[in-house]
Amino acid sequence: MDFMVFQYPMITIQACLDGILLGVLFALIAYGMALQWGVMNIINIAQGDLVILGGYIAYFMYLYGIHPAWGVIVSPIIMYFVGVGIYKLVINKVVDRDLFISILATFGISILFMQLMNFAFGADVVLANSGYGTTFLFDSNVVLPNSKIFSAVVSIVFAICLVIYMKKSKLGRAIRATAQNARAAKILGVDTEKVYAATFGINAALCGVAGALISITFTIHPYMGLPYTIRSFMIVIVAGLGNLPGVAMSGMGLGVFEEFADYILGTEFRIGSVFLLLVLILVYRRFKLSRKREYLK
Amino acid sequence: MKINKIILSFISAVAILLSTSVVSFAKVVGDKIVLGAAISLTGKYSSNGVHTQNGYNMAVDRINSMGGVKVGGKTYKFEIIYYDDESNPKRAAQLAERLISQDGVEFMLGPYSSGLTKAIAPVTEKYGVPMVEANGASRSLFTKGYKYLFAVLAPANLYLDVAIRTAVELNGGKGVRIAQAFEQDAFSQDVRLGILDAAKETGSEIIIDDKLPKELNDMAATLVKVKQMKPDVLVVSGHTKGALTAIRQIAEMKVDVPMLAMTHCDAAKLSKQHGKNSQYALCASQWHKSLTYKDKFFGSGMKYAADFEKEFKYDPPYQSAESSAALLVFKDAFERANSFDKKKVRDALAATNMQTFYGNIKFAEGGQNVDKPMVLFQVMCDGAGKCENKVVAPLKWASAKLIHPIPKWSDR
Repeated sequence: MDFMVFQYPMITIQACLDGILLGVLFALIAYGMALQWGVMNIINIAQGDLVILGGYIAYFMYLYGIHPAWGVIVSPIIMYFVGVGIYKLVINKVVDRDLFISILATFGISILFMQLMNFAFGADVVLANSGYGTTFLFDSNVVLPNSKIFSAVVSIVFAICLVIYMKKSKLGRAIRATAQNARAAKILGVDTEKVYAATFGINAALCGVAGALISITFTIHPYMGLPYTIRSFMIVIVAGLGNLPGVAMSGMGLGVFEEFADYILGTEFRIGSVFLLLVLILVYRRFKLSRKREYLK
Repeated sequence: MKINKIILSFISAVAILLSTSVVSFAKVVGDKIVLGAAISLTGKYSSNGVHTQNGYNMAVDRINSMGGVKVGGKTYKFEIIYYDDESNPKRAAQLAERLISQDGVEFMLGPYSSGLTKAIAPVTEKYGVPMVEANGASRSLFTKGYKYLFAVLAPANLYLDVAIRTAVELNGGKGVRIAQAFEQDAFSQDVRLGILDAAKETGSEIIIDDKLPKELNDMAATLVKVKQMKPDVLVVSGHTKGALTAIRQIAEMKVDVPMLAMTHCDAAKLSKQHGKNSQYALCASQWHKSLTYKDKFFGSGMKYAADFEKEFKYDPPYQSAESSAALLVFKDAFERANSFDKKKVRDALAATNMQTFYGNIKFAEGGQNVDKPMVLFQVMCDGAGKCENKVVAPLKWASAKLIHPIPKWSDR
């Protein structure tokens, strides 16, 4: 245990800011998960792998000389169709089934994606350089890479757009109606099949945005998806399904928690501490959420 | 009753089928010496697995085309049976078992990585099959008393030892303050032990000693501590992830440290992926093409690199070079043993004392190569941003002078 993080106020500020910037990105992935969980009652284990796939799209743009920041536009478009494709091939067959079946199905998709990405892109760790500089605060005692700030801003913009879209657009209203009561929505003329496909597509698109941001901020690798799935699962569990401000707060909270765990317990326990927290929260909430569809605001 | 009979006859049918299908075709068929290798062609080690395979294949072609192996007045050619171990230690051990007991292989080449070599070594040891490996550097491989394991490479604890000693020398012989971050895997932890030894011997102090997780992609916390405590040397080892993450975040957070030493820079293609940001990083390497070792098969390192590039269209990483060297060692041992008896070949391997384009090879009791020091290169970039790895230590092979201390980010 090392409590250095509390001894120097500058390190405390650094850890908080790093955590918040990271947490916003996690919240974006978690929002996608909350959306499809709420609408379709599916826990998508392949969430993290969709993120990594989105990252590869930005990476390939970077390889071909296009600035990877454009990935946040291109990657969600491609990933939307990937998401719809996965829905049509697999998810529509498990959507009305037991939660356990859908977990198994998406677990299978996750393994398949990992192997396919490894096969197609190789096992090398890659990253896309944005060339964004660094912001210095407090007399250079706190440093924030602009790529992290960029990814937080983009995440917030996408989240706001999505909220507006869900409130104002026809499809958004149909999605919310389906989440509240799929049967009633169907009776009233909502094509729920289409809504499910669109929801899964939107989730994949959000993962695409997040992946592009991760390739700019961190590194990507075919087998790196699982920690992102776990984090978003954890955020959704804490926040609840229909609670967007909750997702944002819980995302940032998790980011800060991870940073502090990193300083206090050591980097090696960073992901481990997330798992531990997840277990504690699950025990605390007694699986309240696991079987219940909640209404999506 | 009837069902029992059916099951019984089914089992016996399967048993008969299995017993007939296990037909060993021996290790030396006609004029061919068959070697076996489990290699990671898929899974997380697949890139380095392919480098390893390319190295093996290149040496097989070269030795075969230059007259093959002469044993008992007859000329033999090398052939390798490959299986894909999917980067999975359990699978690797199964495949080693299969190569030996089903395919009848009596001589093995190593897989990629310390972890997989560790999984295979007990199997080859059990059957008394000599294995020459080129990609397992973990110190623990050489302390288990294995008699049939030979590694052409220097053990992991020596990887960054040179860096610490160089830093101490530049500090006028006084100890330095070291910050280190190592992944928690067999290899990186061995590198760490090497640093601890070097620090103890030179009176250096370790002020940050972080461990990195397997899923590492953020080491900002370590770097914040480095900024605060200002060590003389920062050492990072966490495979390609570690090297790439460290350079990215050091550049983004503008962390000034007089010396930065790492492993896996060339596997991570540091200078290609990071360009000028990777400048001045010191990297441990088993081999560099500019070293002046020679042999009659590949000529020099430069010649090897040129031939390799012609065939595989990329610059050979050290993983390929050491893999090629493994075949040269086998050839030499077969000819000195003048026999295909496993025990005799093993004894000949143990007595190896030769020079290859990759370096001198002489095995210690534990099987590690003790006659080849590690080299350190530094990433150096020209004004146009083109970066190259130049050997800076040991001085005997240095092709450029070490730049120390690393200029501050504000002056770059």
